[in-house]
Amino acid sequence: MKSDVIIIGGGLMGFSTALQLAMRGLRCTVLEKESPGRHASGINAGGLRQLNRNPAEIPLTVEAAKMWRSIEALVDSDCDVRFPGQLRVAESADDLDLLEQRAAMVRSLGYEHEEMIGREELYQLAPALAPHCLGALICREDGYARPFHALTAFRHKACSLGVEYRVNTVVDAVERERGMWRITTRKGEFQAPVLVNCAGAWAGHIAASLGEPVPLKPGAPMIMVTERLPHFVDPVIGAAGRKLSFKQMQNGTLLIGGAHMASLDFHKEQSEIKWPKLAVSARSVMALFPQLKDVRIVRTWAGIEAFTPDNLPVICKSSTAEDAYHAFGFSAHGFQLSPLIGRIVAELIVDGISSFPIEPFDITRFKSS
Amino acid sequence: MKDHYQLVIIGAGPAGLAAATVAADHGVEVALLDEQPAPGGQIFRAIEAAPVERAEKLGPEYRRGEKLVSAFRNSSVGYFPDTRVWSLSARREIGVINQQQARMITADQVLIANGAFERPVPFPGWTLPGVMNAGAGQILFKGSGIVPSDGIVLAGSGPLLLLLAWQYLRAGVKVKAVLDTISRVNYIKALPKLPSALLVHHHITQGLRYQQTLKLAGVELHNGIRDLQAHGNESLESISYRHKGSKQTLKTDSLMIHFGVIPNIHLSQAAGCDHFWHKRQQCWRPELDKWGGSSIDGILIAGDGGGIGGARTAEHAGRIAAFRILHNLGILNQRESKIEAAQDRKWMKADLRIRPFLEKLFRIPDSMLRVPHDNAIVCRCEEVTAGKIRSAIAAGHSDSNQVKFFTRCGMGPCQGQQCSQAVAHIVADKTNTPLQQSAQFRIRPPLKPLTLGELASIYPEERE
Ligand SMILES: Cc1cc2nc3c(=O)[nH]c(=O)nc-3n(C[C@H](O)[C@H](O)[C@H](O)COP(=O)(O)OP(=O)(O)OC[C@H]3O[C@@H](n4cnc5c(N)ncnc54)[C@H](O)[C@@H]3O)c2cc1C
Ligand SMILES: Cc1cc2nc3c(=O)[nH]c(=O)nc-3n(C[C@H](O)[C@H](O)[C@H](O)COP(=O)(O)OP(=O)(O)OC[C@H]3O[C@@H](n4cnc5c(N)ncnc54)[C@H](O)[C@@H]3O)c2cc1C
Repeated sequence: MKSDVIIIGGGLMGFSTALQLAMRGLRCTVLEKESPGRHASGINAGGLRQLNRNPAEIPLTVEAAKMWRSIEALVDSDCDVRFPGQLRVAESADDLDLLEQRAAMVRSLGYEHEEMIGREELYQLAPALAPHCLGALICREDGYARPFHALTAFRHKACSLGVEYRVNTVVDAVERERGMWRITTRKGEFQAPVLVNCAGAWAGHIAASLGEPVPLKPGAPMIMVTERLPHFVDPVIGAAGRKLSFKQMQNGTLLIGGAHMASLDFHKEQSEIKWPKLAVSARSVMALFPQLKDVRIVRTWAGIEAFTPDNLPVICKSSTAEDAYHAFGFSAHGFQLSPLIGRIVAELIVDGISSFPIEPFDITRFKSS
Repeated sequence: MKDHYQLVIIGAGPAGLAAATVAADHGVEVALLDEQPAPGGQIFRAIEAAPVERAEKLGPEYRRGEKLVSAFRNSSVGYFPDTRVWSLSARREIGVINQQQARMITADQVLIANGAFERPVPFPGWTLPGVMNAGAGQILFKGSGIVPSDGIVLAGSGPLLLLLAWQYLRAGVKVKAVLDTISRVNYIKALPKLPSALLVHHHITQGLRYQQTLKLAGVELHNGIRDLQAHGNESLESISYRHKGSKQTLKTDSLMIHFGVIPNIHLSQAAGCDHFWHKRQQCWRPELDKWGGSSIDGILIAGDGGGIGGARTAEHAGRIAAFRILHNLGILNQRESKIEAAQDRKWMKADLRIRPFLEKLFRIPDSMLRVPHDNAIVCRCEEVTAGKIRSAIAAGHSDSNQVKFFTRCGMGPCQGQQCSQAVAHIVADKTNTPLQQSAQFRIRPPLKPLTLGELASIYPEERE
């Protein structure tokens, strides 16, 4: 089978890229070592958050948010999206200061998606919140979707436009030969003129084999989910002074994340829940919602994600190899960006340049250090 | 409860009781944890409380447990009833909860002796009120002497089905019918292969002879039934099945089902032990060496949790594991533990002789395990039907975990324990892959109910 582009990694970045390339008439094959969405893309917290992003990501996150608003037009499924807004609450005067500075900074960059709200509005939006909070930073357009459904929708749409994918296909080596990439997998060899590295936490191996090693670190953020409860809170809740992201999902369950990490044996791809850290998450939840004390935790898990030293992704053309591209290292906040990442990589491949400011995400930024 | 023990045993059934007693008698500091209020496990449930009369109705085997429990009561074992184990790690960290107090304890050696549970076999209507697992019925009987109302139907396969029918009969309940999925041909083929001495004396094969008693009492007995379905609007009103090619209907408001038991592998899976598909027992089992040692150092498994062998085998396996643990702790040398275990090995071997016969006889038809009816609910917690699972597979979700992600099947409070087997069968069937290659649901602790408040109370010194 002939492809114009081979994409390593059947996560959201891989399928989003494949979809955008297919929309521009290219034939793509996605190679996935396990199954689509097996790692970060299928099991993440589904948060569509623009709030509190690194300034370098703001232009991207704002555009991605627009894409999520009309996601059905792109992938024929609404991915179960909701946009109830996201709050970052202040529990002290110091918190309040910090959030106000943040809001001012975002405004100074010319963006208006983050703003401060006072105590009164906070309790209108989240009446169930414990009474000690003083105000919050809010992004009213934020929300969430169901990640595995989103991944499946991207995959179906991509395949309907001719994209092919292979499961259980581990890419072992990539070599450039006479203007072609020769890709060796445990399920045979593949060839294409263009290669895209969307291999998530494993992308460092591919980058290194292209001669541009990156200090990528795998990590395994943990999540817990509770039993279903009657609807009691709309917005996604975080707090300035806590590692916490808290939301009530479409079906009434509470999804509690907060970037606490499980212990991870990356080689075996086995993670183990760190209960002391989840206990901290549980205490954070109870500080903000003491009435949830007797709610049952139904599941906990951790997913493997790629972290860079600056927590910003790598999105660029290879600095060492011809016709090779990277999109990885999303450091636990790539879900929201994913529809746009495919567009950017497709622009790089087809137009040779992206219409978005992606300089901060160049792979060469790690060289000096 | 202390923070650390030399040995923690999970489960106070025959395996756990026997192991705990041996270890404690050798001076080991043992904690025995069980979620039940009293020792005895599944088979000897409430044995200390059951009046003599009820114990007699339950049969002579029940008496065997009395000896086991009294030896244990006379030992120095630290016993913690009403204590749920909600997590177990490869590093032998054990999450427990006792009187609403969650805590983490550790152990040099862990023995999993958590037993078996009834094989869930979904069929249309099995979730209707009025349909109950025979095991649950037996628990009510053993624990509180509660029996069902007259006109009950029992259906399924396995020794417990006949035993329970017989126990009910003796307790004066009118049993309407016993519907067995085993065809008569199985009996005729299997029986002559069995050493007759075993047939006469073994408590399980007695079940076969219970048939005679049941017949005499006027109970309808049908073998080789197929296509069992339960009907009713709010609750059970009738059941239907095929027998000798024709469809039969029975009016009843109470159906007890039983399809044998399978090992409870949630804890061993959570710890990361290796497992394999056991064809004859039609279930997953942990990989164990001949001492009950799992693939993880310091974690051993004894009793039905390691593979179905019955109560006597569980007791022997518990002691054998204990002798290995004594060696691992440096209390016995290799030779000594070998010698100590020899007698139990001999008895266990004898007790296990009947297993291949039972496994053959009570084998569940594969066609049932594949849940042929699309309208049958497979996941009770999230109400996912077999049809929905099949369409997820058709849409490219080609293993159990993808099916789970897509349909939420297995994401409920039971942790997928009720549906993981059925999903694996459906996936293997639809994708044409052998069961032994199919992935199982990944374990997502807590394995037992744990509240946010309980979790919040542990590790109080830990900060962000
Ligand atoms: C627990 C958790 C919660 C999160 N919550 C959020 C959130 O709320 N909001 C948000 O925006 N983001 C969130 N994220 C981050 C987000 O999920 C990721 O940034 C995003 O999914 C990354 O997508 P990806 O395609 O790069 O990676 P992945 O989904 O990991 O895909 C990479 C794929 O490449 C495959 N692969 C790797 N090496 C090879 C090889 N050699 N050959 C073949 N295939 C290979 C892997 O099997 C994998 O499927 C979370 C992440 C985690 C782990
Ligand atoms: C429903 C049912 C009915 C049965 N009826 C009969 C019968 O009538 N006659 C017969 O011969 N055999 C019967 N058996 C089989 C018999 O019970 C077993 O062969 C025997 O009990 C096995 O002993 P064991 O020690 O391995 O486990 P069990 O006796 O099952 O003991 C396991 C113990 O572990 C505890 N446990 C499990 N998980 C946890 C946890 N996470 N935390 C804390 N405690 C835990 C349980 O509460 C239980 O007390 C039955 C089995 C089942 C499942």
